[in-house]
Amino acid sequence: MQTANVNRLTPYLFLAPAAIVMAVALLYPIGYMIYASFLNWNPSQRIGEAEFVGLQNYVNLLGDAAFRESFFVTIKFAAVVVTLEMFLGVGLALLLDRNIRGMSVLRTLFILPMMIAPIVVGLMWRYMYHPSVGIFNRTLKSLGFEPIPWLSDGSWAFASVVIADVWQWTPFIFILSLAALQSLPQSAMEASRIDGATGWQQIIYIKLPLMMPVLVVTLLLRLIDAFKVLEVILVLTNGGPGLSTEILSLRISRTASEFRELGEAAAMSNYLLILLIILTFAMFAYNKAVEARTARLRKAAEEDL
Amino acid sequence: MPRITFDQVSKSYGAVEVLPPFDLSLDDGEFTVLVGPSGCGKSTTLRMLAGLETLSGGEIYFDDKPISRLDPKERDLAMVFQDYALYPHMNIAKNMSFALRLARVSKSEIQEKVQRVAEMLNIAHLLERKPAELSGGQRQRVAMGRALVRDAGTFLFDEPLSNLDAKLRGKMRAELAEMRDTIDKNMVYVTHDQVEAMTLGDRIVVMSDGLIQQQGTPEELFKQPVNKFVAGFIGAPTMNFVDAELVDETGKLWVRGDGFALPLTDADSARLSSAKDRNVTVGLRPSSFTADLTQGAPIELKVVVSEYLGAQSVLVTRCGAAELLVETQSASPVKAGTLQTFGVLTDEIMIFDKSSGLRL
Repeated sequence: MQTANVNRLTPYLFLAPAAIVMAVALLYPIGYMIYASFLNWNPSQRIGEAEFVGLQNYVNLLGDAAFRESFFVTIKFAAVVVTLEMFLGVGLALLLDRNIRGMSVLRTLFILPMMIAPIVVGLMWRYMYHPSVGIFNRTLKSLGFEPIPWLSDGSWAFASVVIADVWQWTPFIFILSLAALQSLPQSAMEASRIDGATGWQQIIYIKLPLMMPVLVVTLLLRLIDAFKVLEVILVLTNGGPGLSTEILSLRISRTASEFRELGEAAAMSNYLLILLIILTFAMFAYNKAVEARTARLRKAAEEDL
Repeated sequence: MPRITFDQVSKSYGAVEVLPPFDLSLDDGEFTVLVGPSGCGKSTTLRMLAGLETLSGGEIYFDDKPISRLDPKERDLAMVFQDYALYPHMNIAKNMSFALRLARVSKSEIQEKVQRVAEMLNIAHLLERKPAELSGGQRQRVAMGRALVRDAGTFLFDEPLSNLDAKLRGKMRAELAEMRDTIDKNMVYVTHDQVEAMTLGDRIVVMSDGLIQQQGTPEELFKQPVNKFVAGFIGAPTMNFVDAELVDETGKLWVRGDGFALPLTDADSARLSSAKDRNVTVGLRPSSFTADLTQGAPIELKVVVSEYLGAQSVLVTRCGAAELLVETQSASPVKAGTLQTFGVLTDEIMIFDKSSGLRL
């Protein structure tokens, strides 16, 4: 009787260390953040001294034009970069999915940007975007064109951060798409050639539909990441000019450090968290649906045998 | 339906020549089977014909038109793949109609064609399903259906039955044989299974090591193999080979080996008289033995194992050091471990050159 109980508890005993680490490292900060979002809290106060204001922070934020602008910029940024990256990444993968001499070197070169620390990427691009000594404007000038205010004009600044992000993260989509492409059934490709499909028709009717499960997951991963982007934009524009590139994570960091509104910053983080949770659940739901479908298909096939 | 001609076609991968230059012509409306052990180049030959592999040399002609530079779709052919190669994301109807949809055939015509072929192959009730929802045999039919819907001039089959279990394979083989008689098209069929080759082919091309060993009707290959390879490859159970010497005894040639001596027929004796006293390999089909001693030259064999197959039994026997397979009627059972005298039908004895393997 006693041993049976102990035996039943054994798995939990082994799980305990991991569970404790999870609780301390993950749940505690999140709980802390959620609690803080209900407070009117100045960094000079201890958390116990802060005034409890309920949902006031959330309500304030909804009425705050600057926050709404930031939220909108974030969504616009994520939508634009992920769309561009998907098109470029998948397109490159389709182009480079072949056996040419030196292709492995080329592939490695393509994924280099992803390996560079974001801060370095930001600095690199800032020098390239420099109004007088940057390579872009010097090239434009030597070709006889007007220099472009890369980082000092609102719409150009947005385009500039988008370009930098696309440069860094297209490779991520590229390698995942390439892996998906290379695991496609070769004989189905050959069958479609015999059936008379041109290269384009093969891509549209065979390759893309078969890659779709991978593409959907890739898209969601990139979206989640794009919503959290900080360093590159921080270094490039610090959110300016005006609020044109002030994405949410930047605003959160400024609310906490410059405006000294810890409670409001926590509430903002929670809005972002809610958005990401929705996306993550969408991904989960999609995976579940795909799994359920495959299981159902397999069952149907087995019954038929 | 064109006449297909391979003219000095060859294939190399880098420095490795897998198919030295060869000629082959396939008549209009013929069911040709390319057969050989794996790695013999039969699939490569088919894939070059399909346009999935480029030629390293030579040219393929459809009638008088060179086609080696044409895309697969310009060659008017349909193909059935070993792993079926169905499109996993399309349902069966869409799979079967893919080529027609690409060719912009009208919707009503597509539907009519798909329906007709689906009914012929007994898969009409599966049209809405996806390939993953089908069993192996059903997928095989769909792959066949997808090729048939095309109405192409030439059909290519790349080991289409090798992924099925034995029972289903037999059934599909029979259906294919029936299809062969009802559909008047060029068909080129690749297999490593000589039974499939024998039952399906109007003409069989036996390949080995990238070389065409022999081509002919199933009967020609069985009765008149040109070399030891073809003789051993065609026919089941396989032919027995034993070493022997050709000797002249009282004006007649005999083959004498370890533990046996068999007379040749007069015709063979006359033909082989110049090869007298040579060491040769003797080929004896398991079916060339008979229990009826009045019909053949006697040979004494030690029965090692008797494999009961139903109406027939295959005996594993020993003659000197050589092992011989003998086919007998199960009605007259033979006990393992006994010495037994059989008759050999001397007109079925085949003599091969010992070194080259060529038939003498």
